[in-house]
Amino acid sequence: MKNLNKKQVTMQEQSAEERKHNFNEVPLGYSKEEAILEASRCLQCSTHPCIDGCPVHINIPDFIKAIKEDNVQLAIDIIHKSDSLPAVTGRVCPQEDQCQAVCIMGKVGDPIAIGRLERYAADWDLQNREGGKIKLPTKEKSNGKNIAIVGSGPSGLACAGDLIKNGYNVTVFEGFHKTGGVLAYGIPEFRLPKSIVQEEINMLNKFGVKFATDALIGKTLTIQELMRDEFDAVFIGAGAGLPRFMHIPGENLAGVYSANEFLTRVNLMKAYKFPQYDTPIKIAKKVAVIGGGNVAMDSARTALRLGAEHVFLIYRRSRKEMPARNEEILHAEEEGIDFNLLTNPVRYVGDEKGFVKTIECIKMRLGEKDASGRRRPIPIDGSEFTLDIDQVIVAIGTTPNPIIPRTTAGLKTGHHGVILADENGATSVKGVFAGGDIVTGAATVITAMGAGRKAADSIDKYLKGKI
Amino acid sequence: MFKILKHQKLGPKMQFMELDAPLVSRKAEPGQFIVLRVNETGERIPLTIADFNRKKGTVTIVFQEMGKTTHLLATKNAGDSISDVLGPLGNPSEIEHFGNVICIGGGIGVAPVYPLARKLKQKGNKVTSIIGYRSKNYVFWEDKMKNASNKVLITTNDGTYGEKGFVTDVLKKLMDGRELIDRIFAIGPAIMMKAVSDLTREKEIKTIVSLNSLMVCGMGMCGACRVIVGGETKFTCADGPDFDAHLVDFNILMKRLDTYKEEEKISFEKWKAEVDYYEES
Repeated sequence: MKNLNKKQVTMQEQSAEERKHNFNEVPLGYSKEEAILEASRCLQCSTHPCIDGCPVHINIPDFIKAIKEDNVQLAIDIIHKSDSLPAVTGRVCPQEDQCQAVCIMGKVGDPIAIGRLERYAADWDLQNREGGKIKLPTKEKSNGKNIAIVGSGPSGLACAGDLIKNGYNVTVFEGFHKTGGVLAYGIPEFRLPKSIVQEEINMLNKFGVKFATDALIGKTLTIQELMRDEFDAVFIGAGAGLPRFMHIPGENLAGVYSANEFLTRVNLMKAYKFPQYDTPIKIAKKVAVIGGGNVAMDSARTALRLGAEHVFLIYRRSRKEMPARNEEILHAEEEGIDFNLLTNPVRYVGDEKGFVKTIECIKMRLGEKDASGRRRPIPIDGSEFTLDIDQVIVAIGTTPNPIIPRTTAGLKTGHHGVILADENGATSVKGVFAGGDIVTGAATVITAMGAGRKAADSIDKYLKGKI
Repeated sequence: MFKILKHQKLGPKMQFMELDAPLVSRKAEPGQFIVLRVNETGERIPLTIADFNRKKGTVTIVFQEMGKTTHLLATKNAGDSISDVLGPLGNPSEIEHFGNVICIGGGIGVAPVYPLARKLKQKGNKVTSIIGYRSKNYVFWEDKMKNASNKVLITTNDGTYGEKGFVTDVLKKLMDGRELIDRIFAIGPAIMMKAVSDLTREKEIKTIVSLNSLMVCGMGMCGACRVIVGGETKFTCADGPDFDAHLVDFNILMKRLDTYKEEEKISFEKWKAEVDYYEES
């Protein structure tokens, strides 16, 4: 047996010193040689646990083999069969918890860098498209059925991608002026360049998917109107857009943002280019970010890039319990984000003009496990302390936006207002399907895409009278 | 793109526009608002719907030139288009047969009061409108308000038209009068709505205000527009914009409205220099 190469080929990235002053992408991608070298590490094992580890079941061993043989077109064709947004998922999927977590190579060394290889193939494809060489996937003849998709985020785009291939007429409705959902407003430029998101969406558009922006379903049009007027089925992928707050004193002072507002201003509205773009954002010196997830890391790193001198990350549990991807935590640490773990905010105090000036925190210790399976944080009496800050970003999660449930008669909802859907994505309203964060609560891009694909399959079966 | 069908100047720095937005118009109700964006680099700003014509598929906005975006919008002519119009957003005003209703509009706030008063009157209410302006040359929609109300009382700060003083001066007189007041609606600058609220709280007259918070998304996902109402955090866009005035924390509202004062100035100065803007006196 040949010698196994136990180490992943590292991907070049911008140095921490350099990148914390710009919004350019941090990891730079594999070169052809690096990709082939990494692809060659794959054992092409017969059990391929990676495929089952992938929420959209990409045929990973086959596309890796194609990269190894330098047939990138074949690689991207294989990926496209299961994933309509590989340039996105190659960047933001938590591969370490999914495909790479179960990779056989992981037992003897580093697992194969599947995400990086996916990104390599997708970026190759994007570059070739820019060169005018567009190869559209094949699609079935139009069957005359119209499907409305509510929300242009990951679940909606995945659902649209599958339905258009199967011969449906697909219209995606988006409340914002720009498509992409969380990919456009939430994930920062340095982690997911917006040009890539738009290029993937342009591809769907060229393939026949129609996009209607400035159309907030529940307000501009209701689900009932969509079903009555034009559409044979509806998929709701409106996301978990309602930001949670802690409801502690001072949380409505000026300078206290939800992560959604902060990131929307910067990413979607391009406030980092103010005043070239009109939307402003406060440039703060000392920033406190509350939370320990990917959104908290994104917020902290964004604040740094906007020009903050010091960014405190305040999280009530320990590092082990942080929901953020390890890669994101490492990136944040490298960039100098000041982690204050086992710490929770108690209140904010402002100046006479109503701007936040200090944050009072309390130290925490971990008790017994709670419902989430993580050890419950308990405040330590008398451990209060204050930090001087001039901006706070609250990144403690989101719940589903209530606009659609409130305006759709008969649509059943559950805990925190999630839309109830069965294993096929069918809701309590006939012909109306749902998936992604609005059903599961806040999760990942790829799980939402998986739900969108599942619903596309269910819609196909439903309209063919099979369910 | 959304076409501007009409554009008229109503007074100093006060503009009227009719926008071609059939989907918004179809569902618009008094109390609701739109979010618009002038161009690709523009910010999203909320504007209360001042009127709508479902047959023509139009919505009317009335706005005051304050910062860059509103000044830029005012340079657009009939026939020009703007990038985005989203709506109708927020909840319609709750309108039923209350009895004796007072509608108060301050300055540019008179515009959204108009469709509200009209619908209140249609529902059989006796509508007395108090509309206040800075000075005579700022007065607009007097005739429309007369049509939409049973009685209209006008104030100007300097006394050049109607009664001299503020809307609250007239309101106070009405409250001291013999007639019972069943409900009050007030739309205008935050400071005016606060003054109305302070006045009516003692007498426990139910007063509804339409809040003009800062806003980004307009659809409940960002929380920029949050206000404290009855001790709880509410989103103006999703839970309002109408709230019970006596429960609103106006101090927080006003402080939050000033968050971007410096940035607004930078943006406006930059624009003025770029377009060689001539400020009218």
